[in-house]
Amino acid sequence: MSRRPSLSALAWLLLGAAYFVVPLAATAEFSLKGGLSRYSFAAYSSFLDDPQFRETFWLSFKLALETIAISLVLFVPTVYYVHLKLPRLRPVMIALSLLPFVVPPVVLVVGLLGVYRGAPEWFIAKPEGFLVAGYVVLSFPFIYWSLDAGFRAIDVHTLTEASQSLGAGWRTTLARVILPNIRAAALAGAFLTLAVVMGEFTMANLALFNTFPVYINYIGETKAYPAAALSIVSFAITWIAMLGLLFVGRGRGRRVAQAESAVMT
Amino acid sequence: MLRGAFQNQAGEYTLAEVRKLFQGQYLNAYQTSVELSLLTAFLGGVFGLLLAYAALREGTPRFVRPALTTFSGVAANFGGVPLAFAWIATLGTVGVVTRLLNSAGLHLYDHGFSLFSFTGLAVVYLYFQIPLMILVIAPAIDGLRSEWREAASNLGASSWQYWRHVGLPVLLPSILGSMILLFGNAFSAYATAYSLTSGRVNLVPLLIGAVLTGNVLDDPHLGQALAFGMVVVMLLAIALYLPLQRRTARWVR
Repeated sequence: MSRRPSLSALAWLLLGAAYFVVPLAATAEFSLKGGLSRYSFAAYSSFLDDPQFRETFWLSFKLALETIAISLVLFVPTVYYVHLKLPRLRPVMIALSLLPFVVPPVVLVVGLLGVYRGAPEWFIAKPEGFLVAGYVVLSFPFIYWSLDAGFRAIDVHTLTEASQSLGAGWRTTLARVILPNIRAAALAGAFLTLAVVMGEFTMANLALFNTFPVYINYIGETKAYPAAALSIVSFAITWIAMLGLLFVGRGRGRRVAQAESAVMT
Repeated sequence: MLRGAFQNQAGEYTLAEVRKLFQGQYLNAYQTSVELSLLTAFLGGVFGLLLAYAALREGTPRFVRPALTTFSGVAANFGGVPLAFAWIATLGTVGVVTRLLNSAGLHLYDHGFSLFSFTGLAVVYLYFQIPLMILVIAPAIDGLRSEWREAASNLGASSWQYWRHVGLPVLLPSILGSMILLFGNAFSAYATAYSLTSGRVNLVPLLIGAVLTGNVLDDPHLGQALAFGMVVVMLLAIALYLPLQRRTARWVR
């Protein structure tokens, strides 16, 4: 077997790298040049001064945090319970985690609009209510896969029994024994959710909420150069989330979760 | 939503809305969507496989692998609106690469190419399809044991014979399974197509969006019927995916 780098393999890698790097480089160039003859940050400062930018960015970030909080509160005890008491239900959970794949966001929003037609104003008319409900569904697969990998890596039974024999109740066990042990998995799920929510356009646009991706699209319809600059910003957010994921979660579930999250966008 | 698909405006149960799916414009949307998804799933699958293998095989420098998987994680998740703008800045009518090629004497847009057409959409979709393929196929490539290759070459097999009789048959279920995943990924994509083509290419998700926001006609049940059709296509894809997944599990540990 040859251990030298094969030429064709290197050629493929270079070609692939070109396909992926050129659009990014072009976007960066486009955003810096702004139709002028010399480089400037004009396109960037133009949206930094826009109060709408700050509002929509902050809104998306808030929605991401809310989705993460609700998902973890709902699913950490659920996955814990399934691992501890109902391992037979794991295939069901896996099937459920595939559901957002069968029901794409554009279909999900049709369904949600139908289900919540009669819901109170404070819920249906507010992104913090309606959108987050959808995002919790969308992010369920990443949260689930990350948590599942985390729980598989620890010995749930021994930890629980040890904690109980020392006199801890369920709440104490969950908060002070289980949670610290699956912190990395929970963080990994959180980073994936952050990336998904910060980039989610379909549901927000169709339900008429002005989130960050909707704002980018709006700018793109009117101004080309700031739109390129905003695309770079958005790309940077995805990078930060993925690097965060790389540092916290070196568990087995990581690659699966990454692929899962990619399916959703 | 399921119930709504089989109801009419007055709330009576009917197949009329679902039957509408087989009329010209709607059937055409499903056709275009399926064609686009099949094309990008196939091409994305082939290129993703080649890239993943090139990165993982012996002899390629060690740093390539983590770099490729991390980048794939980013690129596969970098979909939607920003991706559309990145490509407009690259291959749009005044994009950087378009202008470069123009000055080199190659006028893409005079030769019938347009970023805002079916072909253009396929080029853009590959940007998230290939990385997804790399992410899901890498574990399967890792599962190809070097012993198998050595055994084959000890028995006098050429590299071609190894791939024909050992490598590909073992990988095939994973490759097909991953391509189905890619199909679903492209089929459900909305944001990229929306901001790139603004409806010039007739795709199901765009159609649902248009019905939903009342741009076409105000008929929620048509939207629900269209959405129902999408779920049926996805369920078919999953039905193909699950048995392949089981076969794959035999070899990949």
